[in-house]
Amino acid sequence: MAAVRRGEEAMVPEAEFRSYYGQPIIKSPVWHEPHMPVYLYLGGLSGTASTMAAAARIAGNDRLALTARVTAALGAAAGAGFLVAELGRPERFLNMLRVFKPTSPMSMGSWLLAVHSGLTALAAASALGPVLPPSPVTAVLRAPAVASVLPAAGDAAVMATVLTGPLMSTYTAVLLADTAVPAWHEAHRELPFLFAGSALASAGAAGMLATPHAQAAPARAAAVLGAVVETVAGAVMERRLGLVGEPYRQGKAGRRMRLARALTVGGGLLAVVAGRSRVLTGLSGAALTAGALCTRFGLLEAGRASAADPKYTVVPQRRRLDAGRPASVPAGP
Amino acid sequence: MAERMGFFTDTSVCIGCKACEVACKEWNDVPDDGFVFRATSYDNTGALGADSWRHVAFIEQSRPIRREREQAGPEGGLDGLDVLGELGGPGAPGGSDGPGGPGGPGGPDGQEGVEGWLMSSDVCKHCTHAACLDVCPTGALFRTEFGTVVVQADVCNGCGYCVPACPYGVIDRRERDGRAFKCTMCYDRQLGGLEPACAKACPTDSIQFGPLDELRARAEERVERLRGEGRARARLYGADPDDGVGGDGAFFLLLDDPEVYGLPPDPVVTTRDLPAMWRWAAGAALSLAGAVAVSFATAGRGRGWRR
Amino acid sequence: MAECHPVGFQWVVEAKARGAKVFHVDPRFTRTSAIADRHLPIRAGSDIVLLGALINHVLANELDFREYVTAYTNASSIVSDDFRDTEDLDGLFSGFDPDTRKYDPSSWAYAGGRQEAAAGQRSEQFEGGGRREDGAGRGQGEPEAGEQMEGGARHAEAAGADQYGSGGAETEARPLTDPTLRHPRCVYQILKRHFARYTPEMVEEVCGIPREGFTELAEAITANSGRERTTAWAYAVGWTQHTVGAQYIRTASILQLLLGNMGRPGGGILALRGHASIQGSTDIPTLFNILPGYLPMPHAHRHENLDDYLAHAGADTGFWGRKRSYMVSLLKAWWGEAATEDNDFCFGHLPRLTGDHGHYTTVMAQIDGTVKGYFVVGENPAVGSSGGRTQRLGLANLDWLVVRDLTLVETATFWKDGPELRTGETRTEDVATEVFFMPAASHVEKEGTFTNTQRLLQWRHKALDPPGDCRSELSFYYHLGKRIRARLSDDEIDRPLRELTWDYPEEGERAEPSAEAVLREINGTGPDGRALSAYTELEPDGSTRCGCWIYCGVYADEVNQAARRKPGREQSWVAPEWGWAWPANRRTLYNRASADPQGRPWSERKAYVWWDADRGEWTGHDVPDFEKDKPPDYLPPEGALAEAALAGTDPFIMQADGKGWLFAPAGLADGPLPTHYEPHESPLRNPLYGQQANPARRIYHREEAPYNPPQSPRFPYVLTTYRLTEHHTAGAMSRPLAYLAELQPELFCEVSPLLAERLGLVNGGWATIVTSRTAIEARVLVTDRVRPLRLAGRTVHQIGLPYHWGWGGGGLVTGDVANDLLPLVLDPNVYIQEGKAVTCDLRPGRRPTGRALLELIQEYRDG
Repeated sequence: MAAVRRGEEAMVPEAEFRSYYGQPIIKSPVWHEPHMPVYLYLGGLSGTASTMAAAARIAGNDRLALTARVTAALGAAAGAGFLVAELGRPERFLNMLRVFKPTSPMSMGSWLLAVHSGLTALAAASALGPVLPPSPVTAVLRAPAVASVLPAAGDAAVMATVLTGPLMSTYTAVLLADTAVPAWHEAHRELPFLFAGSALASAGAAGMLATPHAQAAPARAAAVLGAVVETVAGAVMERRLGLVGEPYRQGKAGRRMRLARALTVGGGLLAVVAGRSRVLTGLSGAALTAGALCTRFGLLEAGRASAADPKYTVVPQRRRLDAGRPASVPAGP
Repeated sequence: MAERMGFFTDTSVCIGCKACEVACKEWNDVPDDGFVFRATSYDNTGALGADSWRHVAFIEQSRPIRREREQAGPEGGLDGLDVLGELGGPGAPGGSDGPGGPGGPGGPDGQEGVEGWLMSSDVCKHCTHAACLDVCPTGALFRTEFGTVVVQADVCNGCGYCVPACPYGVIDRRERDGRAFKCTMCYDRQLGGLEPACAKACPTDSIQFGPLDELRARAEERVERLRGEGRARARLYGADPDDGVGGDGAFFLLLDDPEVYGLPPDPVVTTRDLPAMWRWAAGAALSLAGAVAVSFATAGRGRGWRR
Repeated sequence: MAECHPVGFQWVVEAKARGAKVFHVDPRFTRTSAIADRHLPIRAGSDIVLLGALINHVLANELDFREYVTAYTNASSIVSDDFRDTEDLDGLFSGFDPDTRKYDPSSWAYAGGRQEAAAGQRSEQFEGGGRREDGAGRGQGEPEAGEQMEGGARHAEAAGADQYGSGGAETEARPLTDPTLRHPRCVYQILKRHFARYTPEMVEEVCGIPREGFTELAEAITANSGRERTTAWAYAVGWTQHTVGAQYIRTASILQLLLGNMGRPGGGILALRGHASIQGSTDIPTLFNILPGYLPMPHAHRHENLDDYLAHAGADTGFWGRKRSYMVSLLKAWWGEAATEDNDFCFGHLPRLTGDHGHYTTVMAQIDGTVKGYFVVGENPAVGSSGGRTQRLGLANLDWLVVRDLTLVETATFWKDGPELRTGETRTEDVATEVFFMPAASHVEKEGTFTNTQRLLQWRHKALDPPGDCRSELSFYYHLGKRIRARLSDDEIDRPLRELTWDYPEEGERAEPSAEAVLREINGTGPDGRALSAYTELEPDGSTRCGCWIYCGVYADEVNQAARRKPGREQSWVAPEWGWAWPANRRTLYNRASADPQGRPWSERKAYVWWDADRGEWTGHDVPDFEKDKPPDYLPPEGALAEAALAGTDPFIMQADGKGWLFAPAGLADGPLPTHYEPHESPLRNPLYGQQANPARRIYHREEAPYNPPQSPRFPYVLTTYRLTEHHTAGAMSRPLAYLAELQPELFCEVSPLLAERLGLVNGGWATIVTSRTAIEARVLVTDRVRPLRLAGRTVHQIGLPYHWGWGGGGLVTGDVANDLLPLVLDPNVYIQEGKAVTCDLRPGRRPTGRALLELIQEYRDG
């Protein structure tokens, strides 16, 4: 029975639509948990952390710079690990670098990740070389030929991540938006800011947690700013999307998004009031980190919910048609 | 490039035999999709997917009278044993238009309940602007010399990105295998000068294969004829080169709204908006860099101040 | 048709594209209904009322094709004074004996003519040859009707209509007639009176078809018949599996004759057969009571010799009058040089009938222990036949059982996994049946012909060798025959087998016998050993051999005509060079009727075969189904025999009088005219007559399979079984195939939303269906496609049930056996079971298991 279903919410009373047994029209994202959301978190963290490392280098905040470099490198490396694990055929990861394809955010992201993780690894190596306990790795790093160029190379790498880092933090928005999932695609304006804010909060939180208080002030500022941006972007997005934004408010995804918001706002507030309290700082950093992760899990779940209910696909398209404004595409994508 | 080839699926003559589904699986060695009774009319396939490259949808259309009947609720005091007399009594649902009454049993023309049974064999649309192809990061998806979109199984690395990109929900990842699969419009058969297996097997020519231009012309004639016969809701779907995917290589003649068949009413290739997405992302990236700078600027001052 | 014959249905779609209007009459709204212009829902088992009302509509409004009817049918023939119609006897015809529940048809004969016994009366029950179904068998020595009395000996009983072969019953070549059709006892007037009570109101009340639906159908078929247009009917087992199944087809035949739709292009009645080459398996029969070419099987006591046999084998006029040639040529094909005029051409070697050896009677005999061995070939009666439990009890009581099939079907495994083991009724250790499973080759793994419903033989080439031990039927029987012959003694009892021609060329390392050699033997050879080209060349003197006279010509000119595959675009629209159609490559039977009595086409539009006066012969698009040089004005001389007895205006050349029979003066076991009787199990009283069900139906009162009482409130619903496109019959060929099994993975029952609501059934949930035989469980599909019918102020709910599932058979999907629900009650003419209209109860939830199932059934039986 091709069901005519009435929208559940009073706020969208016009959402009456027809479907094929209520079955989804589009396919849900096949990405797994925790791989994909964690990757999204780590990528954002790494991208912003490396940007912070560059800023710290310029500002002369070496302690924070060290934290940021290490965070960026670990984030990129672990993120790449999660991404590989996410692939249906991990042994074929290198196929990602087979082509350079501007129409594919996944391709661009892979190249970006490859370059960025290389840069952050170099930057971290240059920073860690002198401070790590002796080991075969440090032996290499401290070899005269290496040691002589490493600091400069590391600095250059960090500066280069000013280009790759912010993009690492925001390209994931394009990755999600460049799909047929209505909650993602229609959010392509706000999602980059949401990701940027969240990445900023994540990196700030990491900086706060792993840097002595005296040197962590920029991290705290970033955390607070990030929390503000993430919260505002999320609110704007949900408001603008209307029906299509429903999955961000309802069900499992809605719970995750609300929790994420609470953690982010709470973490941000804590960051403001924490002062020198290690406990409060720790709580703040943890809350922001958890909030950022929760946002990613919420986004993925919202995408799934958006794909699973044909309402979100049919209603906007049907409205478009009924309004006499069918979609079209300029020749040549 | 050779002439662009396509499918025209004329659902007005589809008899739901599913020969297309079987022929497709036989030729392409597609595994079974599980043995699940779905209780959705005669459709136990459900949807297109990695293991179903053709899917016949069954839509039972009922007249409003049934809904009224359903809402009338169960008649009190009658169990299964006296069912023979159940509707004869006064006040029983539908009893007012009994035999001899206007219209006889059931609705005004005696066709209470079922009005029609639509069947339609769905397939990959082989879009002019194919999102799956656009977003594939490995080049596993490519456009053939016949204008069709095909996955190269040996290149696909299973990232699954094509899956949510498709506005029709066609391509899917086979979990136990990790790769993405969909209709190839029997690329191998086409290379050998044969028509795709589904079109070959279709007994009523509901699935027609040929040069896309010819098919479009034929479809126009067909839809005109059906409308002339009073089937006002007959329409072509995916035949317009100016639509959101630039027209489909596999298009349809439908007898009702597309969403009734599980098709999106007005699909868009997601990459149409990709430039805008990148612009917004770049803006956000710049803002992010700025925000980091601001953080250091404000906090840096603070540190200096504390010193 | 779209549901079960999707490939053939393409031509309906094609016709529709050319402007044909398609009606679909079916209890359910099926895939056919979806494409048809109009679906008319009908209560299962009420079709004679609908067809009868159409006949009434034609007669009452004088819409018949009068010129055709007067010239080509027996409308003007005058029927015996003794005849009494159902109008006079409240649902019975004259001649009914309530004790034997059989008709003496002598009163149905043409006035002043010879009397011909009816099927049931021609013979008597052979003592011990089967259980008397109604316990009212005639006492020893009780006299029989007329000429059938042969020294008081009890005779075998066989399915009536087949006793006359393809020629129909013997009757007058030139009966008394009234061409004005006004004589009160002429067939036309009898017909008019008989069908007068079949009104549109009755259709509404009994079939549940609304009045305007009927009117639309009646107007469409009458407007679309006549000189310029023709209408075709197609049916499948929805018409045959009834206690009045043969009469369903008769009703349609009467209608088509009245409208002039027989023997003309675009007309006819198309029997959609249930399997590939089912037509072939009646032409070269797998039936117990006929020989190849519809020659009747001889009876043990009645047919002492060939002359005696031929004297009782149907009419002497019409082409059936050549039956001696057909029979002698068959005997010569089988026994070759050993068959001579002196030994009656080995007629004595033929096996004889000793009773009803039909499927269901044989099963009863298995249970009773009189049948010890059983070959089951390409069938799965444990799942596919009515009353599955009875079938399995029979199988369990055999000494040996040979099963040949593609997979290990349930019939071969019932002893270790059948449902009776789970209820505790049977234990494996108690089943003494020795089962031999012989794996079979599939149709792509062997050569041979398919004969389809329009009698078209198409040769099938082998695509690949069968795997492992799988072998073709031809190979199996040929080599079995060779082994048996190697063990024969000189004893006289072995002579028929010893003298059999059994010498086909063997090919390949598996010694596969040549299928083409068999086809050539079937075609027949002349005195010179060359292949014959037409059955008219067959001789009664033993100089010709022919394995099946109607197939004579399939190997004409030593060419396998069935293998011809000239594309349609390279030949005429009749496409005579694609395959080969029996008889004589005629594509439309009785096509003399496509021309008017003077031999001119009825219209240019419908021109098909006509008389070319200049050349003095019949010509046209098809091979004329008439003697090529018999002019339209030919009149037979007195005493002429065979085809010479028919006039130039007698198109139905196999009939004794050359006419299409609106009224059957002989040959049917249950009446000369179709009459509506309720199914054996029906929720309704017969609204037309006092007689409730077919009085001559065959009933088995067995404790294994009791009947639901008529109009029982315990069984208030009508159950009809059917097939789905996705599966084949009992499922042995589809359930093991993943690609098919996944498309319909579970047994389900189709119910209307109203019934579902009433009983608390949930779409996708479970329901239990109960009859007096057993209870089965099925998933529920709630659908508007099955609608409640309001009949005479009452609502009758119908339940649809596909029957493709079983518990094993190598199936990837399994389910309860739908046919286990069905009763064992048969049409008296052809012994087909009534599987399409029975009663049942329906309950929500799954059925009980083990002994609880038996207790549930007992509750229902006890009421």
